[in-house]
Amino acid sequence: MDGLISNLGLLINATLVATPPLLLAALGSCFSERSGVINLGIEGMMTIGAFSGAAIGLVVGNGWIAWLCGGLAGGLMALIHAVVCIQFHADQTIAGTAINFIGPGLALFLSKAIFGSSDTPPLETAYKLPRLFEGVFESGSFLGNVLNVYSVAYLVFIFSGIAVFVFYKTKFGTHLRAVGEHPEACESLGINVYLVRYICVVISGFMAGLGGAFVTLATINQFRPNVIVGQGFIAIAAVIFGKFSPGGAMKACLLFGFCSGVKSIITMSNIVSPNLISMIPYVVTLAALILFVGRAHTPAANGKIFERSK
Amino acid sequence: MKKIKNILETNVLYTLIAIVIGFVIGALFLAVAGISPGAAYAKLIDGVFGRPKYLVWTMVYGSPLIFTGLSVAFSLRTGVFNIGAEGQFVVGSLAACAVGILVQAPPVIHALLCILAAALAGFLWSYLVGLMKVKRGIHEVLSYIMFNWIAFYLSNYMVNTELLHKEGDGEATKNVLDSARILFPEGILKVLDCSGANWGFLLAIITAVAMWIIIEKTTLGYRLKAVGFNKEAAKFGGINADKSILTALGISGALAGVGGAVQLLGMGARISQFAGQEGYGFQGITVALIAGSNPIGCIFSGIFYGAMKYGGSKLTMVGAPEEVIDIIMGCVIIFIAISQVFKALFKKTVKGKESK
Repeated sequence: MDGLISNLGLLINATLVATPPLLLAALGSCFSERSGVINLGIEGMMTIGAFSGAAIGLVVGNGWIAWLCGGLAGGLMALIHAVVCIQFHADQTIAGTAINFIGPGLALFLSKAIFGSSDTPPLETAYKLPRLFEGVFESGSFLGNVLNVYSVAYLVFIFSGIAVFVFYKTKFGTHLRAVGEHPEACESLGINVYLVRYICVVISGFMAGLGGAFVTLATINQFRPNVIVGQGFIAIAAVIFGKFSPGGAMKACLLFGFCSGVKSIITMSNIVSPNLISMIPYVVTLAALILFVGRAHTPAANGKIFERSK
Repeated sequence: MKKIKNILETNVLYTLIAIVIGFVIGALFLAVAGISPGAAYAKLIDGVFGRPKYLVWTMVYGSPLIFTGLSVAFSLRTGVFNIGAEGQFVVGSLAACAVGILVQAPPVIHALLCILAAALAGFLWSYLVGLMKVKRGIHEVLSYIMFNWIAFYLSNYMVNTELLHKEGDGEATKNVLDSARILFPEGILKVLDCSGANWGFLLAIITAVAMWIIIEKTTLGYRLKAVGFNKEAAKFGGINADKSILTALGISGALAGVGGAVQLLGMGARISQFAGQEGYGFQGITVALIAGSNPIGCIFSGIFYGAMKYGGSKLTMVGAPEEVIDIIMGCVIIFIAISQVFKALFKKTVKGKESK
């Protein structure tokens, strides 16, 4: 019985470590997608956030500030995407692909140029994001595993609540959902379509950056190549699986985070190949698309070029 | 004046401008990082043209990229976007690897069998996405992304199965049998002074020409293009649009799959466990965009990308991170994607001068 409870504790702990980066990126992605701009560059934005978080963490020695800077770096990357897609009407899928070249390329370039290595030097524990109840519970106990996690792991659920509130209870939320469905109508009503979309895309990059920085400031303690690998795309899958709503994305991220948690635990025991578990997010998203077609509502103006009438 | 106007109409000009801007931005990053852009670019050029064997290596690096480029270009010409070339490349090389290890056959035939298996795997991988598109209306970009990562983990899974895994530790498959390799004969390798020179490049050129003929000169190509151009009109004209989309996606997938086989049978000989996506498929998107989706253009843009990759791998010798290549190529894509803006701007300036 004790063994079961402690294993359950480990599993919850692993889920709470794996979920935040996915959830942060997915929440941001909801904003961008619902406003009508496809953002496939999430992966690149997460990577640049991961690097910036780790690098700035070394300098400022404060996990929170470093985390925010990681977000800002992702936001800057997203600004490029926004200008290219909104102002210059580029194909959004292609622009996102370009961001996925530039983000990881730039992160590794800077790491090598600044630190002379593709890995940044490891951060001291005090420089990382803090844990919620450090030293309160016995380490390795069930409560310790469940409650003594990085504060951000719980913060992300508050963020999800805020996102839901913004989406459905504020004027901005109504506008952002409307410009993703029918930008022409919005413009005739005096809504600044470009502005709303700019804000949404930058939010998505900022959140992706936060997600990436969580990996380097909490999950591990440095930037390495391949720290992000695929997480940006799992976030995109979660948004699709969650039908483009923040609440749905949260549930999907918990599910995918749980898969990740299972994976990190059974890797030690060798029962099922971790590679097969890694496929789950993509397979269930495909299955959901196939089974619930029609009900999974894609924003009508997603990916379509909108030109402001003069 | 008319001449200038004609030049301003062609896309080649804007592609060249995009490439130049990409290099300028790359130079800026190098300079900011305290590395001389002159020295870095000189190394890049020397790394490609410095010796005849460097040029041979460039072709070797370029061959799989020509295939993924053709794959994406073909899809773009037929009105869909194959962002899944990455996954098709992976299943292609996986299929070729399996046949290369498990099947015994005489040389040449064995290699052809591997390539055929790769084409089939890529075809199916893409065809499934096509089925989801025509039967369930699921946008191909979404399903391709999922398929890319499923292929990624499938390959990592297969690499570790007893069937393919090499003896002892290490995370790679056994080498494919020599009869499956597509290397040039020993003598030619010595003359070229390049251990990786292979038939892949020739195959790539033949395929590119064949694709050009299919797209431009056959009814099949006409049908596929018509559906890509205007699905409803094509349907009205009696073309089975769903069938055309499936054919287009299947062929596109097969091309990327063969790219995977060429890389495996020519260069790698085995598959290692991936830590991150290899990127051949995504690089194929760049190749196709630079080529303006023209199959013949893909030969040149594939060689260009191959040169950047091969030359880029030597940049560390002058202390420049090779990732500058990714930054340059990413910027090139962005500036090609917004080239319509330049076009409008240039035309305006020319018009303004004319009216004066």
